Amino acid sequence: MDTLFLAEVTLAGLGAGALYALTGVAFVLIYKATRVVNLAIGEILMLGGYAFLGFAAGLGLSPWLALPLAIAAGGALGWLVERALIRPMLGESPISVFMVTIGLGSILAGVVQLGWGADPLRLPEFMPSTPVFIGEAYLAPKVAIGFVAAAVVIGLFLALFRFSRGGVALKATAADQGAAYSVGIDVPRVFSVAWILACATAAGAGVLIGAIGGISPTMGVFGLSVLVVVIIGGLDSIAGALVGGLLIGLVEALAGAFLGGEFKLVVTFALLLVLLMVRPYGLFGTHEIERL
Amino acid sequence: MRIGTLKTSYAADEALFDTPTQRLLLGLLALGAIAFPFVASPYWLFLACLCAINVASATGLNLLTGYTGLVSLGQAAFMSVGAYTVAVLEIRLGTPFFINLLVGAGLAAMIGILVGIPSLKVKGLYLAIATIAASVILHFLFAHWSLTGESRGLSMPPARLFGLTLDQPFSLYWLIMPVTCLMVLGAANLLRTRIGRAFIAIRDRDISAEVLGIPLLRYKLTSFAISSFYAGLAGGLWAYFFRVVTPESFPLVNSIFYLAAIIVGGMGTILGGILGAVFMTLVPELLKFVANWATPIYPDALAALAPVRTIVFGGLIVGFLIFEPRGLAEIWRRLRRFFHLWPFRT
Amino acid sequence: MTASPILEVSGVSLAFGGVRALNDVSFTVPEGAITAVIGPNGAGKTSLFNTISGFYRPQSGSIRFAGESLDGVRAPQRAARGLARTFQNIALFRGMTVLDNIKLGRHAHMRTGVLDALFYWGRAQKEELELRAEIEERIIDFLEIQHIRNASVGTLSYGLQKRVELARALAMRPRILMLDEPVAGMNREETEDMARFILDVKEEWGVTILMVEHDMGMVMDISDHVVVLNFGQVIASGTPREVQGNDAVVAAYLGSGDVGAIARRIKAEAA
Repeated sequence: MDTLFLAEVTLAGLGAGALYALTGVAFVLIYKATRVVNLAIGEILMLGGYAFLGFAAGLGLSPWLALPLAIAAGGALGWLVERALIRPMLGESPISVFMVTIGLGSILAGVVQLGWGADPLRLPEFMPSTPVFIGEAYLAPKVAIGFVAAAVVIGLFLALFRFSRGGVALKATAADQGAAYSVGIDVPRVFSVAWILACATAAGAGVLIGAIGGISPTMGVFGLSVLVVVIIGGLDSIAGALVGGLLIGLVEALAGAFLGGEFKLVVTFALLLVLLMVRPYGLFGTHEIERL
Repeated sequence: MRIGTLKTSYAADEALFDTPTQRLLLGLLALGAIAFPFVASPYWLFLACLCAINVASATGLNLLTGYTGLVSLGQAAFMSVGAYTVAVLEIRLGTPFFINLLVGAGLAAMIGILVGIPSLKVKGLYLAIATIAASVILHFLFAHWSLTGESRGLSMPPARLFGLTLDQPFSLYWLIMPVTCLMVLGAANLLRTRIGRAFIAIRDRDISAEVLGIPLLRYKLTSFAISSFYAGLAGGLWAYFFRVVTPESFPLVNSIFYLAAIIVGGMGTILGGILGAVFMTLVPELLKFVANWATPIYPDALAALAPVRTIVFGGLIVGFLIFEPRGLAEIWRRLRRFFHLWPFRT
Repeated sequence: MTASPILEVSGVSLAFGGVRALNDVSFTVPEGAITAVIGPNGAGKTSLFNTISGFYRPQSGSIRFAGESLDGVRAPQRAARGLARTFQNIALFRGMTVLDNIKLGRHAHMRTGVLDALFYWGRAQKEELELRAEIEERIIDFLEIQHIRNASVGTLSYGLQKRVELARALAMRPRILMLDEPVAGMNREETEDMARFILDVKEEWGVTILMVEHDMGMVMDISDHVVVLNFGQVIASGTPREVQGNDAVVAAYLGSGDVGAIARRIKAEAA
């Protein structure tokens, strides 16, 4: 086997994995705060890409202005979704809430298609295109930038969770919403902030992914891979999202390179099935204890 | 205004349709269903058959998700097992259609049991994801296996019965509608026996159910088997109806469609599965009708049809879950109550 | 009180992580009598019930029921052998009517298979109708719940829900009926009704009863035999009178106080 090729595939896989991990962290953030499995994360990510296109190409703004605007649009969407769709579902079965997010994903995909058409589009170029070499292995510059950006954002999140009051509030809310509320934590605000941050992050990831591979209304299937990532890592574990993201990125890249592109999805899902049988709550997830 | 109904035996009280009004309505409905093909246009017959197929599959999913509480996003994949089996048998062996349908459904049931095995360990969303995984794997298998025509899929001859060829909506209606009615009746029957009670017990409190004498794994797998048997049978009917089966015939979004159908109709009621499947099948057609009508005023209406359908589909799921979580069946119940009490309560 | 034991618990220990819920618990339940398990909160009473039901697997010890070992017998099979129970936090199925909840109790004794059920002919129909008649005539009439048979269980008062749970346990064809706090949270009238039902079950149905209960007045009134648990250990057992006089019980139960005095006061209040 050609080691250089293997190294390049591995690098590309880790690059993609970093974006999975970033979106996975957004997903876990929502799950920890509100216990909602947000299947619309892929569509929110897609909307981030389209918002960027709208600001940059549609309104003719500089990409460096369009990027924060797209992220802000994602955050605003997160705020709106939490208020309008998620909070009314408080106390309903997790499956109902899960279905609400599936419905939301469908609405968003339809809206994007209505506004921009069904064809894939390219985002305006705004990243440097100097080739990156690590040792001898070539890495596409956008992938490298995506990796670095994802790593920085994840690092920021980790610092925030560890050292800020908000992080403590999030942990408390994740452990027991009622108890957190009774000791004076503004749980509804935690819900709101978690959705805003997570959706803003997803929108940012959408711009990165769109810059690498273009955007289309079917981009939401990215959410399916993210779902695999967080299930493998454990729904409520940030570390799980990191490990799961890199793992799935790597596995997909290897499967794509050595077996063929059509094997990507089936290999990750087969891996998922095996893992579910061995560790039903993911690598790092919390096992809920059942009582009679 | 209905005052009350007198029953003189437990059998009468345990009947599925226990009032004279219900039996009368049912009779009228049956007469309507028999008369329908003779008065309806092929387009409406086509829709009726499609509704019936979706009702059959949604009823199966309702047994699993609505009654047993096991969420599955694999119903379309189980349908594809039935559809491919029927197509392969019809092409390779030319066996009679009822045998093909039963074999297809049986095979789907067996795969359903396999897919259900993780339900021993995982619950809720984890299980839903496991069923997605199974769908992805089945899709991959059908798209790469020479027996199933790889990515081109299979074209198959029509069903035949006593020298008759069932290739038009009119003739297929007489196959699809009775089978669907039997399936729905079967599901309703199932639910008034110990098996139905065990399903509901598992949904409501699975651990207590076990202590009360219900072996969990056996009944979870039974539920998966029955549900995917229904899906397989519906998929077989689908294959005879469209006569082309490809890997893209049963995408993941179809599984979501069936889940949406039972949510919109009302989970955990037989009526809900029927109403939801019919409603969700007809809404896109209604939108097409509206788009055709709007074209003179708004020329791009037809181009906007596909995204609008996607939006309405999502909107219905979200809207029903937030505003009427018990679905159309609950609306129907309220209407009935209104007429029972009319004119004293208005 | 000389009847042979129907249930023998010997040397059962159960631990969750480092917490010992049951520590070498041994006692017997005589057939045809009412045995009460009492003890302060957290003494391990419900853990004991869950172990007997087969929901928890003890680390050591064994349980014999009707002369046969229950080792390795899973919860549903234990139910099928006649081990019926009710739950501390009512475990009725909210999606079913009262009647269906009671019918569910018979599950393990029915034979209807999937095919019978789909067509609802022959065996399925016969079995359902026989069950319905038996429940109506033996259980619903006996427990005086005719008026709620078609009600959804969620709409019922606490006391009625407890009664429906008893009905469901009776439908299980019990050889031993395990009642977990049958009168907790009930008012005096409901408690008296429940005590009367329990005594009637013992006398008319000939069913052995094992119950966990905090209501000392009722325990002392109707039990034939009392087992006292504290910190997962049996600290006394015997007739109600013997247990009331036992110093260890008094010390464990009340710290400083007199269980008999409490019981007498409750009785006095009830009278």
